[in-house]
Amino acid sequence: MIEVKNLKKSFKDGESITEVLKGIDFVAKSGEFVAIMGRSGAGKSTFLYQMSLLDEPTSGEILIDGKNVSSLTVGEKTNFRLSDLGYVFQDYALLPEMTALENVALPLLMQGFSEKKALEKATEHLILVGLGERLKNLPSQLSGGEQQRVSVARAIAHEPKILFADEPTANLDNESSRVIMNILKELHKEGQTIIMVTHEVEYSKFAERIIHLDDGKIVSIDKN
Amino acid sequence: MFSSLNIRIGFFLAKRQIRRSNPWTTVLIIFVMFFTFLNLVVVSGILVGLIQGAIDAVRTHYTSDVIISSLNNKTYIENSPEVLSIVKSIPEIEVFSARYLDGGTLEANYKTRTNEKEKPNTAVASITGIDPIAENEVTNLSKFIVEGEYLAPGDYDQVLLGAYLDKKYLPIDSPGFSALNNVEPGTKIRLKVHGVEREVTIKGIIKAKVDELSMRVFMVDSQLRSMIGRNDYNVAEISIKLKPGTDPNIVRDILKLNGVDKVAKVQTYADAQPKFIKDMVDTFALLGNMLSSIGLVVASITIFIVIFINAITRRKFIGILKGIGINERAIEISYILQSFFYAFCGSLVGIIVLYAFLQPFMSAHPIDFPFSDGILVAPISGTIARIALLMITTIVAGFIPARLVVRKNTLDSILGRN
Repeated sequence: MIEVKNLKKSFKDGESITEVLKGIDFVAKSGEFVAIMGRSGAGKSTFLYQMSLLDEPTSGEILIDGKNVSSLTVGEKTNFRLSDLGYVFQDYALLPEMTALENVALPLLMQGFSEKKALEKATEHLILVGLGERLKNLPSQLSGGEQQRVSVARAIAHEPKILFADEPTANLDNESSRVIMNILKELHKEGQTIIMVTHEVEYSKFAERIIHLDDGKIVSIDKN
Repeated sequence: MFSSLNIRIGFFLAKRQIRRSNPWTTVLIIFVMFFTFLNLVVVSGILVGLIQGAIDAVRTHYTSDVIISSLNNKTYIENSPEVLSIVKSIPEIEVFSARYLDGGTLEANYKTRTNEKEKPNTAVASITGIDPIAENEVTNLSKFIVEGEYLAPGDYDQVLLGAYLDKKYLPIDSPGFSALNNVEPGTKIRLKVHGVEREVTIKGIIKAKVDELSMRVFMVDSQLRSMIGRNDYNVAEISIKLKPGTDPNIVRDILKLNGVDKVAKVQTYADAQPKFIKDMVDTFALLGNMLSSIGLVVASITIFIVIFINAITRRKFIGILKGIGINERAIEISYILQSFFYAFCGSLVGIIVLYAFLQPFMSAHPIDFPFSDGILVAPISGTIARIALLMITTIVAGFIPARLVVRKNTLDSILGRN
């Protein structure tokens, strides 16, 4: 479970301060699939970055399974991200010098798996996302949809508690987008907690709940 | 900090970055490291080799491996025949040359000088009596004949003139340093030793970078012996060439054990070196190190720039690595390992070029410096120390820019924000 209490985030630009998140309270239960929607500049991605510990909130608390993770040190947050969180970025964020298999295996190696075991697990997850034939391909040799599937495989290979996805279909065509969304749907069916930012209504329907953000605040919550 | 897991991940990252980087860039960096290595080793090696060449020449062409010479208060070695019989009895000795030595004056224009007031064309020199064959076996003296011919054992009233006694070859024009004018092989000169005067013919001119040779007059030992009345056969110097692989210190000690040091100075070639030569070696080594350190700074700046550009252009990916939970240390180690790789490859290529090509080539074809035949001195221990220095400098130069980039905010790196 992830619990967010009075979360605020502001950015300083010289003398002016821009408040992007204005005190958000939010709870997502384990195994829940939540979509975050809102117009451009509403603070969707900023909200996701705070929850996923990629950024430091200005104030407020984030609790994951009851643990206040917002007070962790930088190193502890890195370790927490490694063990408990998974990310799917809008632009795939794959490492260009590594093959699909190596990209997926890397976090597993960092967790202390042997190279053999890490490659085995990475292979399993790439097969799961339908890329069993593209293990040795570099990102530059894959289509956008395939790269995003590698990104999903990397995000779930270490079995994270929460999977964060930041507009995972934004750069993809309709067919690839549907493939990605179906993978997320399957993962959710297996009990994966997913928090996804999207601006596409069609894909928000895959989630159980839809949070609408506007001007740094939650303005409505819809259930599918 | 440098846990085995971080090192393992660092290695995993570095290996892939190097393997999939632009090969020309990699070659260029290795090339820079190779030249840095050469700069570190070769510059000081040549500077030291300049002096070492002179030292080697003195050893090869004058003192040989061991030299026995007269005590400071004597002009000859007492009981030389006995000393020589001891020398002959030592099995490690391959060949030796005994030399008679005395001061003398040379006069060249005595035949053409008509006026008593005209300045005589004279020079003062050490007159050396040698067995031409033995001397040539020990010091290869005939190699330095630049005009005329080398002495034969039966030559009567013939001399070899050191080039510095011939104005034509004298490198300096000093009033305190006399030399003969207009002489060449075939010219008759007047030689005066111990009040005995004899007209001799110049058979050849000796020119070497060893001053002891270029400033002497050589003649057959029996000739000089008769002039100076050395009927006791007491010589002034014995140069001893040892069998290959023999330690000169051992032979010196054997000679001393046999009491030779009671009547003569017994020295190895190293003992016989003047202190200023040793000081010069140290001075040139220091100078070489100073020049090399500039090369080291250039190398570290090069690596710093290369790694900094690499890290800056890969800032987004460094952010992603941190974002997915890769430890900062592992990322830094990957850059340290890349720097290490460049330094290692550059040094490896450098070692191969140095020991397989440069050093043998320069030994065979020394640089023709005015006072020595410069060789390349690059002892393995010194080279290893310089490689270690290069590695450490490179690693530090690789670590600093990596640290600067890695410590930036993770999200800012991913999003490319400043």
